[in-house]
Amino acid sequence: MKRAHLLQRWPPRWRPPSLRFRGNLLALSGLVLVAGLVALALAAPILPLADADATALDRRMLPAGSAGHLLGTDQLGRDLLSRLVWGTRNSLAVGAAAVSISALLGTAIGLVAGYLRGWADTVLMRSIDVLLAFPYLLLALAIVAALGPGLVNAMIAIAVVNIPFFARTVRGAVLGLAEREFIDAARLGGARQIRVLFRELLPNVLPVVVIMMSTNLGWMILETAGLSFLGLGAQPPTADLGSMLGSSREFLTTVPRVAVLPGVVILLLVVGINLVGDGLRDVLDPRQRGDPAPSPASPAVAGTVPASSAEPRQAGRMLQVAALSTRFYIGGETWRAVDDLSFDLAAGERIAVVGESGSGKTVLALSLLGLVPRPGRVVAGRIAFEGEDLLRLPEAKRRRLRGARIAYIPQNPMTALDPVLSVGTQLEETLRAHRPIPRADARRRAIELLERVRIDRPSLRVDAYPHELSGGMRQRVLIAMALAHDPSLIVADEPTTALDVTIQAEILALMDTLCREHGAALIFITHDLGVVSRLCDRALVMYAGRVVEAGSVEALISRPQHPYTRALLACAPELGRPDKALAPIDGQPPPLNDLPAGCHFAPRCQHARARCGVGAIALQPFGDGRRTVRCIRADEIGPWQP
Amino acid sequence: MGAYILRRLLQLVPVLFGISLVVFLNMALLPGDPALAILGPYATPESLASLRRELGLDQPLWQRFFIWLGNVLEGDLGRSISLQRPVIDEIAERLGPTLILAVTALALSLTLGLAAGLIAAAHQGQWQDRLLTLVVLLGISTPQFWLGLLLILVFAVWLGWLPVSGMFAVYGGGDLLDLLHHLVLPALSLAVVVAGVIARLTRGMMIEELSQDYVRMARAKGLPERAVLYRHAFLNTLCRMVPVIGLQTGFLLGGAVYIETVFQWPGMGRMLVDAISTRDLLLVQGGVLVLACAYVVVNLLADVLQHWLDPRIRLQ
Repeated sequence: MKRAHLLQRWPPRWRPPSLRFRGNLLALSGLVLVAGLVALALAAPILPLADADATALDRRMLPAGSAGHLLGTDQLGRDLLSRLVWGTRNSLAVGAAAVSISALLGTAIGLVAGYLRGWADTVLMRSIDVLLAFPYLLLALAIVAALGPGLVNAMIAIAVVNIPFFARTVRGAVLGLAEREFIDAARLGGARQIRVLFRELLPNVLPVVVIMMSTNLGWMILETAGLSFLGLGAQPPTADLGSMLGSSREFLTTVPRVAVLPGVVILLLVVGINLVGDGLRDVLDPRQRGDPAPSPASPAVAGTVPASSAEPRQAGRMLQVAALSTRFYIGGETWRAVDDLSFDLAAGERIAVVGESGSGKTVLALSLLGLVPRPGRVVAGRIAFEGEDLLRLPEAKRRRLRGARIAYIPQNPMTALDPVLSVGTQLEETLRAHRPIPRADARRRAIELLERVRIDRPSLRVDAYPHELSGGMRQRVLIAMALAHDPSLIVADEPTTALDVTIQAEILALMDTLCREHGAALIFITHDLGVVSRLCDRALVMYAGRVVEAGSVEALISRPQHPYTRALLACAPELGRPDKALAPIDGQPPPLNDLPAGCHFAPRCQHARARCGVGAIALQPFGDGRRTVRCIRADEIGPWQP
Repeated sequence: MGAYILRRLLQLVPVLFGISLVVFLNMALLPGDPALAILGPYATPESLASLRRELGLDQPLWQRFFIWLGNVLEGDLGRSISLQRPVIDEIAERLGPTLILAVTALALSLTLGLAAGLIAAAHQGQWQDRLLTLVVLLGISTPQFWLGLLLILVFAVWLGWLPVSGMFAVYGGGDLLDLLHHLVLPALSLAVVVAGVIARLTRGMMIEELSQDYVRMARAKGLPERAVLYRHAFLNTLCRMVPVIGLQTGFLLGGAVYIETVFQWPGMGRMLVDAISTRDLLLVQGGVLVLACAYVVVNLLADVLQHWLDPRIRLQ
């Protein structure tokens, strides 16, 4: 259970928890709870409490509310409230001492092992490993057995068994740091080893240690209380929460109060400490947080998307996307990932969507599939597909389209297949997801599909696991999956980007052939216009969530009109032209939660004028009319000179 | 697979050696004189000296270690002073009840923990997640021994549904039903904390898995959400959880000490507590050694299981 902490990452920076807890109600209440109990424990000597150890046999087991005894008395006539307060004080003190000792020694061992490496590291870490091989409470028991019962001995035992966790975590942190330049600089500068350890390394691992202390303190209090409960820790008459529980156990049935209350206080104390520890961890590893974070798909709820009148329906168009907008709402800010995007596609037609990373291409693909992850949402527009209004379709019907009528080919074949299932199983489940066919038939179909994507010996490969296949093979498997149900539309999200150049060409050729054979329409997302020149008829160029230029691929490559399209072409290397001077685009795409007014590209555009930054700029027809450009200077900047 | 198990078994040797060294040194180096403990404070110096010789305490430490280790390998863990019988016999009697308790508690905590983690992760950020996170936090912050007392108070004393303590009824008990009847409360008290830890880890790993590309792909294939969750994300989570669950058994074995004391369960944990209070050091030594070895073996089994479950590791 302690090892759980080792799985956590350490913090990049340290700030006081109170600053980071803003908005985290649970962590704040934990902080308040702990602060209250600590204040009570500190104030114990000056509070008007009865003597915690004064026994009075004539006043045993007085009920709660008796005169002078708010919570009554225990089996020896001692004031229960007073013993609880002093017990809290003892438990806190022992827990704090134990956690400090293990932190101190564990950090020292971790620092030395991580810094010196070599034999010192080996010896120290092997010893630590042996200690970790024990169920650690048992090791504590063995130590107490040898030292003899007593609160201090129990504390020492708990401290010792916790040293390994600190040592291992600190060593890990040091190994991470030792790669950084400042440590080398200090070494080369002739700094003495001790100095490097304490001046350079220690301050950097301190945050890790503090986090570990806060997450381990609760455990250590529980454990020392446990030893006292067993009679191996605090000895009578010391007021200690654990031993109070242990010694009043026999009165559980007659006077539950004396046996139950100490446990309640321990619970409150540990809950408070753990809430604070969790709060710290949430801040440091936000993915684990309880917020609605990227998780299952959040399809636009049917009816929430207003019907758009942007474009009248054209007959014969298989897919019509009109004024589509997808936004992410993160921390009170709105990220416009896809903004007012329209295009349409005829059956069997192929279109490329081109743009840099972060231009909204992938979100567009996910919007079409209905897989925009939370906290993103399609907020406006219309997607008409084969006569159905996708955004108004209930999720169950939408799911039946996915993989059947609209297929998806992902960007990274290395991660898109489930690593623990064979490719055959994954193909079969695809087949059976939309058509109830027997397992044997599914397997036969899976082998056929593998054959169709030109995989050698498909009846053998069908039982292979993803890691046994090369990247190109995996992409072929994913293409086979996309073809499983003869879809009318395939959305391919940079399907060749993660592959070697030689494999890229093969995959492109394969997709070309298969799309033709199946008559499937294709939306091919890429950052490289050159890649799609032979595959696609038309292209959309996207920038910051919007289409900036659209037209035939041929026209866009030979006569790009939008400055961004030109910049994209100028920075793309071309096969067979090693002498081509590549011109990277200056600057970064704008953050999608803070888009510039007017033309989003203006800040990076060499043709920009003052008026480019004012007002909305529309997508306008250009030239022969089959081309559209979102640039108010499209007619002024002249033809392209590569 | 066979080669892997063989390699792991060989790796076990130095670990077991290290464990016995620690157990031995803990008793040999820390203050306390076994001879004095056996004979009591009124023993004459002569009888103390002769007993030390008899116990081999006058020999150098390393010799004593190897003599002890040799005896241990032959199954001789020494003689318990308080019980006046061989340690190994006592352990043989006590191991069974502890295993019954620990295995039941493990099964319970796996069921509760995996289910809670799965539900919380599937509803990340929604009320189910918040509620479960809070319950789990309470669970792992609860002193186990106190929880045991509470359960006794409510279910045994007030409601009278279940027995207060022991493993079998004194009169007329002894069958499986009687055992199960006695097992419910201790197993539940022992399971709660570990269930909480497993729930937390499962939730964290599952959330990580749900953000992986293969999950998006599974959804893009049109799989029903249930298949995405169970067949893909949860199966992967389970593969990663197996060794972690192995580590949790260490906590179960430790927690058994409290629970066996609270419920008067005749297992190893209570034996250890009694042995410590009677200063029966050889019994403590033997008990800790056996439980530590059991823990190592469980972790080995967990690794083998993961090896068998996860094709990526299987191949290496």
